[in-house]
Amino acid sequence: MSKASEVLFAPLFKDNPIALQVLGICSALAVTSKLYPTLIMCVALTATITLSSFFISLIRNFIPNNIRIIVQMTIISSLVIIVDQLLKAYDYETSKTLSVFVGLIITNCIVMGRAEAYAMQNGPAMSALDGFGNGLGYSLILIIVGSIRELIGSGQLLGYQILQMTTEGGWYIPNNFFLLPPASFLIIGLFIWALRSWKKEQVEVPEFSMKQNAPKEIKVEHA
Amino acid sequence: MLEQYLSILVNSIFIENIALSVFLGMCTFIAISKKIEAAIGLGIAVIVVIGITVPLNNLIYTYVLKEGALAWLGYPEVSLEFVGLISYIGIIAAVVQILEMFLDKYVPVLYNALGVFLPLITVNCAILGASLFMVEKSLAFGESVVYGLGAGIGWALAIAMLAGIREKLKYSDIPEGLQGLGITFITVGLMSFGFMSFGGISL
Repeated sequence: MSKASEVLFAPLFKDNPIALQVLGICSALAVTSKLYPTLIMCVALTATITLSSFFISLIRNFIPNNIRIIVQMTIISSLVIIVDQLLKAYDYETSKTLSVFVGLIITNCIVMGRAEAYAMQNGPAMSALDGFGNGLGYSLILIIVGSIRELIGSGQLLGYQILQMTTEGGWYIPNNFFLLPPASFLIIGLFIWALRSWKKEQVEVPEFSMKQNAPKEIKVEHA
Repeated sequence: MLEQYLSILVNSIFIENIALSVFLGMCTFIAISKKIEAAIGLGIAVIVVIGITVPLNNLIYTYVLKEGALAWLGYPEVSLEFVGLISYIGIIAAVVQILEMFLDKYVPVLYNALGVFLPLITVNCAILGASLFMVEKSLAFGESVVYGLGAGIGWALAIAMLAGIREKLKYSDIPEGLQGLGITFITVGLMSFGFMSFGGISL
């Protein structure tokens, strides 16, 4: 049981796919300006990764090694097509907002990465759990970024007004900067900083370190 | 006519830069930008692959998948758009594979330079993303050739610039938790701001 919970919860903080493994960040940046599409994206990705890990793990012993990427791709893209069609059928507005990013789940490196690194070596149940855990790790970051951007950028959460804006007689002046795409880079960068101050072992060792008490200027002796 | 192509080219390189405005291909963008040589190699590989796959997918879309595209077979009302995703990714994987074998056989110098990056490119979302945007913008064949090249050049330009910045950045004194990944994100954010200034330009 402890192994199952390890597999499920390690990707949340200890081994987060976005903050530590640098996988699947494309969509993390582009879809997070509002919380609702962000949530839909999280559900879509988590469903895809859980099912793809499960199915790839089921047939892992029958996949010839040299064509495994194509086989994985086929499975993943079939699942994404199903997700895309469902979304178009039941929530057309959101599918327009997300535009190409649902399709891009196919090339989301988290999905491929987990298939390659975990599902090809482990049983179906554990692989599904691993996929689900990584989906949660991805969702965690997306939801944090999405909430910050929507709250500060337009004073709303899920479309409900939280901070009263000055245009409606309140006090809050929305910071439009947070609705612009580059803001999500800064938020993720700062989130990584916070995470690494908490979990020191994730800090990367710099190639060159600053010498203590180094002189500010180096004097050059002229001949 | 020429003007229109030029406008698509400038638009796809600068205004809608695929790395810094639409944020595609970010995984490789951040992972392979530590060394400037590697970044340029990957950039060229991306230009080649996008330049081939976008027009190819355009042909597939126009003559096979689009609603009414199968009229030449006698099925005018069939629309195969729902298998779009799987066909585009299939085309991309096949092109990358063929390119790899072709380069290995006929241009070994280029193969040695690009070889390691080619398999990576199949799963690069910039490639698939460019094809999907091409469909969404409903570009004609000629336009899709220009758009593919422009998108590739824009991506290559962005990764080369980031690698240049990161090579300088490794000598600087960065707070502990921000080293490596954290500062890279912030750098890319600032670069992306820079590229937003192209936003008002219209040709």
